[in-house]
Amino acid sequence: MEKVIQGKAYVLGKNIDTDQIIPAEHLVYSLSNPEEVKLYGKYALSGVPPEQGGLPDGNVPFIQDGSFESVYTIIIAGPNFGCGSSREHAPFALKVAGIKAIISESYARIFYRNSVDGGFVIPYETSEHLNQLISTGDELKIDVESNTIENLTHKVTYKLNPLGDVFRIIEAGGIFAYARQENLMAQS
Amino acid sequence: MAQTITQKILSKAAKRTFVDPGESVWLNVDILLTHDVCGPPTFDIFKEEFGSDAKVWDPKKIVVLPDHYIFTANEHAHRNIDLLRQFAKEQGLENYYDVGTDRYKGVCHVALAEEGFNLPGTVLFGTDSHTCTSGAFGMFGTGIGNTDAAFILGTGKLWEKVPESMKFTFDGPMPEYLTAKDLILQILGDITTDGATYRAMEFDGEAIFSLPMEERMTLTNMAIEAGGMNGIIAADEVTEHYVQARSSKPYEVFRSDPDAKYYSKYSYDVRKLEPVVAQPHSPDNRATVRSVQGTKITKSYIGSCTGGKLTDFVMAAKILKGKKVSVTTNIVPATVKVALDLEHELYDGQTLKQIFEDAGCSIALPSCAACLGGPADTVGRSVDNDVVVSTTNRNFPGRMGSKHAGVYLASPLTAAASAITGKLTDPRDFL
Repeated sequence: MEKVIQGKAYVLGKNIDTDQIIPAEHLVYSLSNPEEVKLYGKYALSGVPPEQGGLPDGNVPFIQDGSFESVYTIIIAGPNFGCGSSREHAPFALKVAGIKAIISESYARIFYRNSVDGGFVIPYETSEHLNQLISTGDELKIDVESNTIENLTHKVTYKLNPLGDVFRIIEAGGIFAYARQENLMAQS
Repeated sequence: MAQTITQKILSKAAKRTFVDPGESVWLNVDILLTHDVCGPPTFDIFKEEFGSDAKVWDPKKIVVLPDHYIFTANEHAHRNIDLLRQFAKEQGLENYYDVGTDRYKGVCHVALAEEGFNLPGTVLFGTDSHTCTSGAFGMFGTGIGNTDAAFILGTGKLWEKVPESMKFTFDGPMPEYLTAKDLILQILGDITTDGATYRAMEFDGEAIFSLPMEERMTLTNMAIEAGGMNGIIAADEVTEHYVQARSSKPYEVFRSDPDAKYYSKYSYDVRKLEPVVAQPHSPDNRATVRSVQGTKITKSYIGSCTGGKLTDFVMAAKILKGKKVSVTTNIVPATVKVALDLEHELYDGQTLKQIFEDAGCSIALPSCAACLGGPADTVGRSVDNDVVVSTTNRNFPGRMGSKHAGVYLASPLTAAASAITGKLTDPRDFL
């Protein structure tokens, strides 16, 4: 896995549920056919009401019209990110759109598991209210080894909570890679 | 060591005598549930990881209930059903309930109960967040994603962090104007949408055990709206009677030890509670119906795993009998069984179906329908600036279709009363 994740921030509020991350009407596309997979990028975060997308100003599109990928790399969100349905299409869509990490005060359980076990995005937790300290478009740099995030635009560094036990699943690339590495699948 | 009911069930599934909240354990899975939205990608991951000729761990323990996008012209949705059908055939899954046949059931959480898959003391994982519904049967049920489900398909096991438990006790006899929906919306307003994240929500008390299974399922169904891993109600004679009428399989009844440890405890006297709604755009945005009485609505929706069971429609019929609705009112039975029951169940000498038709409601075919919006041609889908009063479970922006619409979550009594007046209305005005 990458030791450094660098890119632009896209800032959101609290309780961003999976219907906002990928609205239910789009769940019909294949997650394996490359042409259809692109659509998950196109519609990622399309359920967020426009004024709540790209804080603090709002009305900042996550995906430009006609594009399948976002210019943003890191999502900074308020607490309870990914609440709602169990759809794994949600972290999948964010990955397809080009998101590598999310930083939130807390996550809903199923979204967190899906992000880690599917190896889609890294769900970092922080005790700081970063979605009020960072603005959409700020250039950020996450140092995976020291668990810090630096706002290169404003020259400030914040601590991230260590990933703990799940770091090894993320490092392996997901639950299957981890289970093989640890010989857990042979046991079962 | 004292344990909660959730700990005891997980101990058994982990082949242990005790599990501690916070520890991660490998569980043996009794049933894996999937449906048309998450089944096909789960099967893809299974084939990729275990091989294209791999066989599932136990075909009898996999239940596939298509229910999300059934009555639509959307071709991708049809393709998903084809993929379920094909996998069920390849793997010999006897518990596949195919669309367009007399085996089709409808909404998975209600069908699981009807078909006798919910057994006290067992462990159910499902690719749907409302899998926690089955906890009403004194069992552990929780939602997972496709990757975790594919892991179970191949191994029959999954790791889970043992949750701490929160206990919610409801004392007193249930007043006729109060429903399980009001109780869970009351809790959500108190603890918010992440108040139970990673925890078990255990329901107890005289009022809870006076409820029929369908109402208990409404409570446990919405544990996920507080972030709960599972909702659970210990099995009693009502549960055992329901289960024994539908299954001959063995089961084990667990109860929490009196000195079991809880993260927190909440007590309510149901005689002091009022009908409530969750206002847009969050299930924890609680208000008493009286405090928002008169708010204009454009639609009333009575359906889903939360509010589309027979008991929900009996409640709605009580209010709608001999009245006319003044806004579009969709009646969406959760399952084929519920739809048939509408034709036979009588209230005050009339069938529920007749009562709803006379009132001017439209009755849809059983599926998840507009609870989660769905494809553009879904019955009851919200459009533009709709204001919907709904017996469903979730009202984040865009949940029922249009992201400009507002959804008030309510009991079937409140949804029916409001359908008559075209405004949010306390059901006591009609009882």
